[in-house]
Amino acid sequence: MSVVIGKRESIRTRAVQCAFIAAALLFLFFFLGIPLVSVFYEALHEGLRAYGSALVTADARSAIFLTLLVAGIAVPLNLVFGIAAAWLIARFDFHGKSLLLTLIDLPFSVSPVISGLIYVLIFGMQGLLGPWLFDHDIQIIFAVPGLVLATIFVTFPFVARELIPVMQQIGSEEEEAALLLGASGLQTFLRVTLPNIKWGLLYGVILCNARAMGEFGAVSVVSGHIRGKTNTMPLHVEILYNEYNFAAAFAMASVLTLLALATLVAKSLVEWKFADARGGSVRYVATMEKKIS
Amino acid sequence: MNIELKNISKNFGQFAALKSVNLKVDGGELVALLGPSGSGKTTLLRIIAGLETADAGSVLYNGEDSSTKSLRERRVGFVFQHYALFRHMTVFENIAFGLRVRPRAQRPSNAEIEDRVMKLLKLVQLENLSHRYPSQLSGGQRQRVALSRALAVEPSVLLLDEPFGALDAHVRKDLRRWLRKLHDEVHLTSVFVTHDQEEALEVADRVVVMNEGVIEQAGTPEEVYHHPNSPFVFRFLGDVNLFHSRMEDGKARLGPNGHLKEGSEESCVFVRPHLIDVKTQSDGSEHFAARVRHINAAGPNVKLELMTANGEAVDVTLTQEQYRALGIAKNDQVFATAREMKVFVEDYSI
Repeated sequence: MSVVIGKRESIRTRAVQCAFIAAALLFLFFFLGIPLVSVFYEALHEGLRAYGSALVTADARSAIFLTLLVAGIAVPLNLVFGIAAAWLIARFDFHGKSLLLTLIDLPFSVSPVISGLIYVLIFGMQGLLGPWLFDHDIQIIFAVPGLVLATIFVTFPFVARELIPVMQQIGSEEEEAALLLGASGLQTFLRVTLPNIKWGLLYGVILCNARAMGEFGAVSVVSGHIRGKTNTMPLHVEILYNEYNFAAAFAMASVLTLLALATLVAKSLVEWKFADARGGSVRYVATMEKKIS
Repeated sequence: MNIELKNISKNFGQFAALKSVNLKVDGGELVALLGPSGSGKTTLLRIIAGLETADAGSVLYNGEDSSTKSLRERRVGFVFQHYALFRHMTVFENIAFGLRVRPRAQRPSNAEIEDRVMKLLKLVQLENLSHRYPSQLSGGQRQRVALSRALAVEPSVLLLDEPFGALDAHVRKDLRRWLRKLHDEVHLTSVFVTHDQEEALEVADRVVVMNEGVIEQAGTPEEVYHHPNSPFVFRFLGDVNLFHSRMEDGKARLGPNGHLKEGSEESCVFVRPHLIDVKTQSDGSEHFAARVRHINAAGPNVKLELMTANGEAVDVTLTQEQYRALGIAKNDQVFATAREMKVFVEDYSI
């Protein structure tokens, strides 16, 4: 009797499991699968030549270059800021620590458009520093510096947020041991701290880079949409789309999509290595013990 | 190298971890800082190492103020409670670290480094594990790697924080003996922190008993064990029974209940469990009556738990021979006498 109930129970749980899996797959298909396919379909349905020519126009090339430039500046800077902030928070106790943590999270909670607007309000002509900058012939808003600043702001939390738990979990004893063994501060960082946090750091950098290249809102506000000058890839996609140049728009979008896919792969690889770095040695011991016995 | 601590104080926020501590460690001495958790012993060790700075007072190395010295210049070998081995380096690289990070001019050649590391590995009997990573070692092996790493830089002082705290009883005992032997061979000024009185008494030349940020007593293991200067030290070093008694002619008297509260001159009497005699018959001498509540005869000694007439528990340790000669069982009535007691005539409450 009990066996029968058990069987029925297990059939029911199986059915529930299948229903949940089906729902998740259906959701993924409609909201991720179809858009993904349609991006490439729209980009390629006028032929490979149209696709290629859409990517080599002067404006397109400038947009790709600008995106790489902005990410190339913002990501390394956030790498340094992120390590510094994570170190400060994980290693030291001070007044206002939780306030600092909240501030680091701020870009996550503020709408990107608002963060772009903040820069316009500070550096724009009607802004706080605008007249002074104008007098000294320095252009920040509607120029590359503004794009970089907005991108740094929006992507600031990624590295720090990724590193803080890693550094807290590792603790400071290894660093103290290195210092007591006679290592300098720099040697301690390069030989002890960095190897311990490298996977977490890489993970943060990948996420940071993906966001830096894909950012639309904040960049859109400070860019001014000057073709060939201040248009990044996401902004360029929008302009092409608004001009009913769908094939070109989707071609550019497909490049961004490929970037997203590459990020996803890199992220999975790092996650896999990250888990391996922590779990691998345990497995090794287990196999060694098996061999011995 | 000798170490002298002068009026060391340290606060963590409102909490006073150390209150004006003075201590001198002679060159070549092996000193144990013994105390319960929160007594400030680890903080004191970290201050000696330079990992923590004292709010007041100074640390003298060979009479020289160490506050101006960097961690590198102090040449301190430090063994962390949880070893703090570099997890991404092999055993070999862990031990070689201190030599590899030296400025180029002082750095030994690779061959010399290899030579010294292998010598140390031999000393701790881990030669064939030099290519393992810390996560592939047992606790005892990690501990020995941590020790070799600290010794590799030829420190002038060796500091150990709860060196055997995280190990199981058997390994602990081995390593304890090993540390004693090592110290007898190299005679390095060493300070180790422990909360285990047995460990401190067995290994150290001198035991410093700490409580609530002050040093209660410092002396040889015999001194602190046999001549404790405070109820705290007496209670901390070994099992103990506490009685309240009345002083008569400068001597403590235990009443028939083992508990007397009359009179003004009340005092605390401490008796070690193995210094209590138990008889089955009253012989008219000074004793108190009690009932046997529990008997644990497993082990080299027999442990009795007695209950006095007014409900106080008294622990007694007998030899197996004594226990057999008495022939007592649970719930029997017995009469107990303290062979030796320690009296502290001060206000002391548990």
